[in-house]
Amino acid sequence: MTVTITVNGQSRTVRAGGSVTDLVAQITDRPIDAEGRADDGGRLGVAVARNAAVVPRSQWSCTRFAAGDEVEIVSAVQGG
Amino acid sequence: MPTHTDSLMIDGVEFTSRLIMGTGGAPSVHGLGEALRASGTELTTVAMRRHSVASSESLFELLLQHSIRVLPNTAGCFTAREAVLTAELAREALETHWIKLEVIADELTLLPDAVELVEATEQLVARGFKVFAYTNDDPVLALRLEHLGAVAVMPLGAPIGTGLGILNRHNIELIVARAGIPVVLDAGIGTASDAALAMELGCDAVLLATAVTRAQNPALMADAFKHAVIAGRRASLAGRIPRRDLALASSPVIGRPDL
Repeated sequence: MTVTITVNGQSRTVRAGGSVTDLVAQITDRPIDAEGRADDGGRLGVAVARNAAVVPRSQWSCTRFAAGDEVEIVSAVQGG
Repeated sequence: MPTHTDSLMIDGVEFTSRLIMGTGGAPSVHGLGEALRASGTELTTVAMRRHSVASSESLFELLLQHSIRVLPNTAGCFTAREAVLTAELAREALETHWIKLEVIADELTLLPDAVELVEATEQLVARGFKVFAYTNDDPVLALRLEHLGAVAVMPLGAPIGTGLGILNRHNIELIVARAGIPVVLDAGIGTASDAALAMELGCDAVLLATAVTRAQNPALMADAFKHAVIAGRRASLAGRIPRRDLALASSPVIGRPDL
């Protein structure tokens, strides 16, 4: 079973019941622990918004996607 | 020399350098690193954008490497709602309560939208953020932002990226004279003398990006700004002579030989 969500403006298929942690791990290519931190101990430097509301990293593992969710994953870039 | 004890305090954090750098406009992360090193900056702004593996990891690593504190901004936001959400994302991603609040009115001028800026400052302070408010060179608005709880006000010298320098020095002086929080001259700086002037007018620090990152030799320009900010600060502390309409001889008149 899969559901289709939008991630950073692009359509993406994820496992039904998949968590934010799973998605962030895929996108950053780094294993993530239950507290939403990188397993390698380094700073992850990303944040997630789901349907225009921030999902705190402590909630990543218990936040499950539903079909049609609009997800934004952001990090720091040059600016200002 | 005054500089040994003359540190800048913002929100209880002490800085030796009074030059805050932006990172926008640099063609490469390597070149940016050289410029940041040459500038001596201890605080540097970043923007929040959709994650792409290569770009963000190298920038983040660069700042960590140089032990430079990160000041995320809300660049590109047109409404208080967008700015608050962007600030929340920055706090999550970078684990800092500091936010450089930019709420702009339109793409052509990039001037702050005063109404949205006030609204966003109010909301962010209530949510526990430490707001560095990018604002117009308006003494009334600057004071209003301070009363709303901003930790620093950042009036513009001229619109972002124009390099026109400080267009209304009287207003900047008035903002400084009435402020109880640090005043950071932000935007419009073109060359070193503009930064020196900002400090001479009494600003506590200068923030610039384009003037360095788009200079022909960014590292050399960064070095020039480092010295300009120090020179301007020392001149401000030293107390300049009053302006006069007519000349005043510096050599003595008494004892002049009768030739």
